[in-house]
Amino acid sequence: MSISDRSTTEVGRDRGSIPAGRADSARPAASQPGPMNETRRAHQRRNARRLNLFIALFAAPALIVYLTFVLLPVLLAAFYSFWKWNGLGPLTEFVGIENYARALSDPVFLGAVGHNLFFVIASLLVQGPIAIGAALLLNRPLRGRTVLRVAIFIPYVLSEVIAGVAWRLLLQPNGPFDSFLAAVGLGGLKQLWLADTNLVLWTVFAVVSWKYLGFAIILFLAGLQGVPEELSEAAQIDGASWWQTQRHITIPLLGPTIRIWAFLSIIGSLQLFDMVWIMTGGGPANATSTMATYMIQFGFQRSQFGFGSAVAVILFVVSFIFALIYQRFVLSRDIGGTMSRRVG
Amino acid sequence: MKNRRSIMRTAAVTLAAGTLALTGCAGGGGGGGGGEGGGDVTLTWWHNGTQGVLKEYWQSVADAFEEENPGVKVEIQVTQNEELQRTKIPNALRSNNPPDLFQQWGGGEMAAQVEAGRLLDISDDVEEELDSIGGKAAGWQFEGQTYGLPYSMGIEGFWYNKAMFEQAGITTPPATMDELNDAVSKLKAAGITPIAVGAADKWPAAHYWYNFALRSCSQETLEQASAEFDFSDPCFEEAGEHLQSFIETEPFQEGFLATSAQQGAGSSAGMLANGQAAMELMGHWNPGVMAGLTESGEGLGENLGWFNFPGVEGGEGDPKAALGGGDGFSCSWQAPPECVDLLKFVVNVENQRAFAETQTGLPVAEGSEDAVTDPTMQTLLEGRDSAPYVQLWLDTTFGPTVGGAMNDAIANMFAGQAQPGDIVKAMTDAAATL
Repeated sequence: MSISDRSTTEVGRDRGSIPAGRADSARPAASQPGPMNETRRAHQRRNARRLNLFIALFAAPALIVYLTFVLLPVLLAAFYSFWKWNGLGPLTEFVGIENYARALSDPVFLGAVGHNLFFVIASLLVQGPIAIGAALLLNRPLRGRTVLRVAIFIPYVLSEVIAGVAWRLLLQPNGPFDSFLAAVGLGGLKQLWLADTNLVLWTVFAVVSWKYLGFAIILFLAGLQGVPEELSEAAQIDGASWWQTQRHITIPLLGPTIRIWAFLSIIGSLQLFDMVWIMTGGGPANATSTMATYMIQFGFQRSQFGFGSAVAVILFVVSFIFALIYQRFVLSRDIGGTMSRRVG
Repeated sequence: MKNRRSIMRTAAVTLAAGTLALTGCAGGGGGGGGGEGGGDVTLTWWHNGTQGVLKEYWQSVADAFEEENPGVKVEIQVTQNEELQRTKIPNALRSNNPPDLFQQWGGGEMAAQVEAGRLLDISDDVEEELDSIGGKAAGWQFEGQTYGLPYSMGIEGFWYNKAMFEQAGITTPPATMDELNDAVSKLKAAGITPIAVGAADKWPAAHYWYNFALRSCSQETLEQASAEFDFSDPCFEEAGEHLQSFIETEPFQEGFLATSAQQGAGSSAGMLANGQAAMELMGHWNPGVMAGLTESGEGLGENLGWFNFPGVEGGEGDPKAALGGGDGFSCSWQAPPECVDLLKFVVNVENQRAFAETQTGLPVAEGSEDAVTDPTMQTLLEGRDSAPYVQLWLDTTFGPTVGGAMNDAIANMFAGQAQPGDIVKAMTDAAATL
């Protein structure tokens, strides 16, 4: 017990270089007579071995779960994607890249990719400014601030399925939402929210924004806590207005948070599934399909697991390449080194 | 939209689980298999009767079977229908530890299971039962062999509100398309939404095309189509033309593309049940669904009527033929012989009569018909038994790959984005990927 305690604190403190003196005091019986530096080296070797063992032991559970439930399935999906397979019998028909060619030449899939890109761009352009603005406001001393914060965060806490079903029922033709519009004198705005193929993508985007704005706002509020007050005070003393302070001090210092939020938002948009699936099923007439709904609809529901796997791999590769590029060029300042070089 | 788990990851896990099951646990043994000598056998039985009456009924059947067959134990596992059909059974059949007796919807899905060697061929053991059930067992047969038996078979047609028909001055239920179009105009003139359709779920919309195809295509053409995926006969395109001109008469409720079939009072079944629409094209289960969507829990009650899909002029299909589907059971490939005994027990006349009394379906065994007492259900039963043939739902018949492509293409036509030829092309293209 004492050994493991000590080793972990050492790992935490100075990443591996273990002071020999402490090791000596822990195991006095192990010290042999002889030249001082040789004993020390032997100790260091033994300690390094022990340290590796501990790292292995502590990392093993997470690593096993990761390998079994993340890496292996990804590899298996990649393997299946080269076969024609209905999910029942053994793999018998190798088709090479046919599944990929089929997906990439299917206008419905390309449409789905387009919808994903729409969500990526619209989320950044619409959700970002709204969330930053709301966070700046909620960061000021304000009566009922806590209540407001909770209200804004509730949609995010709500289960996606519940939120999706609720909105689907609210937005049905002549449904409660239309009645609400009529009641407040906006009856003229009534639309076939989920049935109009030209409108439905925007409807889904609005609901998705409603659902995830709370998360963005909370993230930005947390980021704002890390902005030192002294800077704003100094700016105020220099005569900067509230707006100038936000524009030139707060928002630039919020940069790391914004960049992380944008990353999560883009990945989420690329993999968007549940809200779309529940509200529209990707329809009507594929007007709201995303790569993920396409995969479920054409791969799994149609019992073409090889093809579905190919779509899954495409979705994975797109997200992965994007993540690498983003980390390399945008996040490099914030998380310096975790992806590119060893932490020294 | 952030912080969500990767769907692909989940999907891949499912795949991996399947593979692990395939490679990992060879030789698990399929549930007992005690042999001929009457030793102790445990049968596992998976069905979809999650609702009270049916659940109790299947349990009573299992109890009676155990009593008649000492040494045999029946273990029932109940699962919600779609979950059972799309996830649990395919996964179990991929593994080496499937249930012995399980829900079987027949058609192309069953054919895939047969081709993978996952079902027990029971042809020689059920000759008597086949005599009793007759042509209705066809959906559970593949290439002349029998791999399961139905216990319930219903058909589809228009469910309608008699009071609304009266209000609009419609005296007899429409028997031809002209009469149906006429009824639609009369209902509209009376300010009533003629037909509710749950097009958001796709299949309720697709069933219109199925019915037009049933009227346009001869029985032989449909049989050939399901055996060879040959959709070149012009009757399939004709079905699309009929549907397209029917949609153009705007018989459906506003915004039908976003209406679901059974979800809440605003669904198509809910609209019919609550007097917001006069008709709905739906299967035999509709009265039960509608009842659940009304406050009284009774649906339309006495006001509910039923008529078969009208015939079309010049169609090669028999105007009295019906589209339908059923519920049945199959034994998995490793099941002990007692599984077949249980299946035979389920469909014997006595149990079929008891099943009819649960009012959850229409029995199939000869001699059980008069146990159906509800007047509407009797109309339905008459329609079924007077039909020269009952065509299984086309998506079930063609299997998920072609059937799914067909349903999507038909739903696109409802959205005004597919021509009659597009539906046939979607089906032919999907068949080419098999």
